[in-house]
Amino acid sequence: MRFESAGVSLGGRPVLADLHLSLAPGESVGVAGPNGSGKTTLVRTAATLVKPDAGSATVLGIDPVDDDPREVRASIGLIGHQPALIAELTLAENLTHVARLADIDPSRVARALEVVGLTDAADRHAKACSFGMQRRVEIAYLLLTRPRLLLLDEAAAGLDESARDLIGALVRSVRDRGGGAIVVSHDRAQLVSLCDRVLRLESGRLEATS
Amino acid sequence: MRFWRQALEIARVDLTVEQRVGSTLRITVPFAVVALMVFPLSLGLRLSLVSEVGVGIFWAVGILFGMQVALRQSANDSIQRRDLQALLGVDPAARFVGRLMSGATLTIAFFLVMLVSMAVLFDPDVPEGGWPVLTLVSILVAFGLTELGTLAGEVTTGLSSRTTLASLIVAPMALPLVIGASQSVEALPQDTGILPWVLLLIASDLALAVAGVALARPLEEATR
Repeated sequence: MRFESAGVSLGGRPVLADLHLSLAPGESVGVAGPNGSGKTTLVRTAATLVKPDAGSATVLGIDPVDDDPREVRASIGLIGHQPALIAELTLAENLTHVARLADIDPSRVARALEVVGLTDAADRHAKACSFGMQRRVEIAYLLLTRPRLLLLDEAAAGLDESARDLIGALVRSVRDRGGGAIVVSHDRAQLVSLCDRVLRLESGRLEATS
Repeated sequence: MRFWRQALEIARVDLTVEQRVGSTLRITVPFAVVALMVFPLSLGLRLSLVSEVGVGIFWAVGILFGMQVALRQSANDSIQRRDLQALLGVDPAARFVGRLMSGATLTIAFFLVMLVSMAVLFDPDVPEGGWPVLTLVSILVAFGLTELGTLAGEVTTGLSSRTTLASLIVAPMALPLVIGASQSVEALPQDTGILPWVLLLIASDLALAVAGVALARPLEEATR
């Protein structure tokens, strides 16, 4: 993934400016920054869900502005601020739904739930589960889809230590497969432990910190 | 094949959620039937008049509440869920078709319940051979309303005033459906025939289906 002088505006307001960011295979980059600095927009831009309106961008070999981003989206995994579960479905049903939409064998769901420690809660409705449990299901999504580009936006916020360990393991497994990860967090210690380098986003501009 | 698998999966999950929440069956249908019952009271309980205008009341109540069913179904999508579907490689057109399948199932069921309720409550003056026509027209109207609701849901995704805006989009665009529905029943006892009005409904439904599928992809990108 590479952004060169990229800029993003939302509703006419510039959010990211003169963005230079590259992510090599097997690399993970941490991004810290205050609230409102554009971290979520950066993640959504890397996920091809928001298009840059200035500069150039390449994500998994395509230009998300000129090419059809749907070609690569299935290779991108994202955990955002809010869990994307369907409240009325059980945890197992949520995962099976994801597997079916992504053409993945639904028989892998049980194993994914086991890895994230939710086998006993598989038949519980998502709306009856804690935030942490819902986050674990999202980690299980990514175990099923095995993305090449992993994007975590405050994914570890509010999680217990074992869930944070799962996120760490997820980042390492993506890197080991030759993929890349961008991890956004306020927790600088976590970024330093998970990432090859840590950048700081301040008022829409990235700065190297280490 | 993947397109249809995705569409069927989205429809299956929508209907599962509806089965568990029951917003159409347990909330909208009872309210709509009560609305049907209240109308004769406003006419002073003159049974002959109620029989005469019964079909008109059915269309008014059915279309108003049918819009609610169609819009409620399409308003289920959150930004997070749409992002997830995009990153799973779900074709936006497949999502539109899936939403249409589940929404149409509910809206058609709603109209059929309303039709039976109207027959029981009003004993309306329906000409010979009119009930099959009313049933067919109800299904066509329900399908068209669902298409409008699904399209409006796609256009207004992520907006804070979504429900208000979606209603404002659906109401004027439902006019061909309202005209086709009322005129097809009006034309029954006359020699003019119902074919032009049924064709109007079919043409509206087809045009909305084509527009929905064709616009699904550009709309998904434009509404992010």
